[in-house]
Amino acid sequence: MSDKQVVNLKPDRNPMDELLREDRLPHIWCSGCGIGVALTCFIKALQKSGLDLDKVAVVSGIGCTGRVAGYVKLDSFHTTHGRAIPFATGLKLANPELKVVVFSGDGDLIAIGGNHLIHAARRNVDMTIICVNNFNYGMTGGQAGPTTPAGAITSTSVYGCFEHPFNIPYLAAASGAVYVARWTALHVRRLEKSILEALHKSGFSFVEVISPCPTLYGRWNKQRTGLAQMQYYHDKGVIRHGLDPKEVDIGLHGEIVEGVFVDIEKPTFLDFCSAALAKNAETGGS
Amino acid sequence: MKYWRKPLDIEQLEIPRGRIRILKERCKGCSFCVEYCPRHVLEISDEFNAKGYHPPRVKDEEACVNCGLCEMLCPEFAIYLNGREETP
Amino acid sequence: MSKDGILTGEFFMMGDVACAEGAISAGCRFFAGYPITPATEIAERMAARMPQVGGTYIQMEDELASMITVLGASWGGVKAMTATSGPGFSLMMENLGLGIMTETPCVLVNVQRGGPSTGLPTLVAQGDMMQARWGSHGSYEIIALVPSSPQELFNLTIRAFNLAEKYRTPVLIMTDAEVGHMTEKVVIPPPEEIEIVSRRRPTVPPDEYLPYEAGDDLVPPMANAGEGYRFHITGLTHDERGYPGMDAETQERLIYRLIEKIRRNRDDIIQLEEHGLEDAEVVVCSYGIAARTALWPVELARKEGIKVGTLRLITVWPFPEERIRRLAREVKAFVVPELNYGQIVLEVERCAAGQAEAILVRHAGGGIHNPRKVLEAIRRAAR
Repeated sequence: MSDKQVVNLKPDRNPMDELLREDRLPHIWCSGCGIGVALTCFIKALQKSGLDLDKVAVVSGIGCTGRVAGYVKLDSFHTTHGRAIPFATGLKLANPELKVVVFSGDGDLIAIGGNHLIHAARRNVDMTIICVNNFNYGMTGGQAGPTTPAGAITSTSVYGCFEHPFNIPYLAAASGAVYVARWTALHVRRLEKSILEALHKSGFSFVEVISPCPTLYGRWNKQRTGLAQMQYYHDKGVIRHGLDPKEVDIGLHGEIVEGVFVDIEKPTFLDFCSAALAKNAETGGS
Repeated sequence: MKYWRKPLDIEQLEIPRGRIRILKERCKGCSFCVEYCPRHVLEISDEFNAKGYHPPRVKDEEACVNCGLCEMLCPEFAIYLNGREETP
Repeated sequence: MSKDGILTGEFFMMGDVACAEGAISAGCRFFAGYPITPATEIAERMAARMPQVGGTYIQMEDELASMITVLGASWGGVKAMTATSGPGFSLMMENLGLGIMTETPCVLVNVQRGGPSTGLPTLVAQGDMMQARWGSHGSYEIIALVPSSPQELFNLTIRAFNLAEKYRTPVLIMTDAEVGHMTEKVVIPPPEEIEIVSRRRPTVPPDEYLPYEAGDDLVPPMANAGEGYRFHITGLTHDERGYPGMDAETQERLIYRLIEKIRRNRDDIIQLEEHGLEDAEVVVCSYGIAARTALWPVELARKEGIKVGTLRLITVWPFPEERIRRLAREVKAFVVPELNYGQIVLEVERCAAGQAEAILVRHAGGGIHNPRKVLEAIRRAAR
């Protein structure tokens, strides 16, 4: 501290607090959990996006990630298990000015919510999905889920999981999503940038965030701390933009392929609606 | 600062130095900030917060370059940078 | 068509179509549904009409999605509705509960058919009446309206929207395959004769607004998404701020208010149609299509000298307990014809509390009552 001066000083609070419900912090997520990191990247992306934050609505389902809705200072909806996406569809179609973000977990969006995910992607309703994947059902105590790798130990797969996991980017892409990306909780700058791109993308955009679950999944699968899982992402994470999503399966302790896999243009549901309305008005209705 | 190759304009360059602010009561001791700070500015302190965790402390404040990685990696919104020191 | 999309005029119209037109007249501008006999015509009519009135129709992948999409649309500031039958009604139960818990105004039409399970897709029954009351889990009150004609289905759809907005609750229309599929004269009035109620809006600025703080009427003002109120809504038990509150005290406060806001307003909500009750010894208590079937047996019984009156339930939930209790002191028996094996008759019996008999004329569904069976029941009741 010599002849320097301090510049760029702002009021002394975390700049993210303006978008957080400070009266509810510290949040409920465990030490080393990556959901807070995903939320941090989301908030930072929002702050850089130039969007009218009064018009941003966050919808979540049930589960650890589902609690995100309760911590953001935006119009937020904590709905039923697996049904965040159709709720978001209703919100968006009723008020197309809203920017609707669905922020939920792998079990919520892919298992019970799987049907809604594929149909919303097919319809290309304009919304952004942030799916935090921690490979198990955390909130209920670490049961196996649709993304649990084969052979992994969870509370309901004590002999090792007998099932193949979903390849989420492949599922989203095959259903018709126009933007599909996967990042881990370690690759924060790229995650923030990807969320920003997804927010500005018109249509159904999907970002998967691989996240540590130290208390449950990690503990039972030889990665007992958040740090150990972050190290795994560091060692086994590879970035392959534009790779065909069918190549990005994640096996137990296997390679994690990250990147933006799909970025295409397609008319959205509302595009079709408006075109039909315009045509109807032209022909004078019937 | 060790360089692999010295930039040609190194005399004109000003390396920013960030001012780290830690909200100790929010910390849950995950150590992401300590581990991934590229300049090894932080270490886990010996003090406890109300929940029983050891928050980080700034070990080497001269080394911080205002990169912001700690702020982004923290899952608890417990560490951030406010202000930057530079020569007027 | 008037500028509000209201098709003022006289029509020969199917019940389902009248329901859709009633919704449009009430200001409904969003429909999410799934095809199911005998409610499909509501969806088809809405698919054609919603774009004409600047609304949105979307066909969802299942009934679970339909119900919650309707909730989302309501929070987006638009009056929204869905329509289904028994199997879909069962699927909608969880999200109906979310609508009740979050106090989301919306309308759910169940055009009842033979059940249980796939049952009789094209044939009438009234087997979902108790499910309408208790189908979702937890403690709650619900409003259910039951029309007996396409005209009444039109009228009650408007009323359902008004009640939903006034009391911030999902409202059920429990019609049936007969009323839904019959074609009768329906008169659609001009816009100025249609009363429309909309949700009460917050009067305080966003930083003072608490999404679940209610005044004496127990109904909180409702902000819509995107208006800057930055509220949090959850299906978890919550306090006035909308934040989850995981304790018995918060639960008691919330459940009490959710239930009382409807119970306290029974006089406003309950509608009944009564004939000949002044000197009645027997009361035929019925609803929906069964009430129409009962008209002729009642006429025949009167000709035989039996002092029989009719009590038609237009509102089945909340159940008109007071009216039944008072009548039970004056009459010998209630005859309850319903197209099920005894659902509303249980409520009649409960409220009669032994002071009058409650005689069920049951029918498993698949057709309407044989009038003779109703007449026999009336005769038995009069003895």
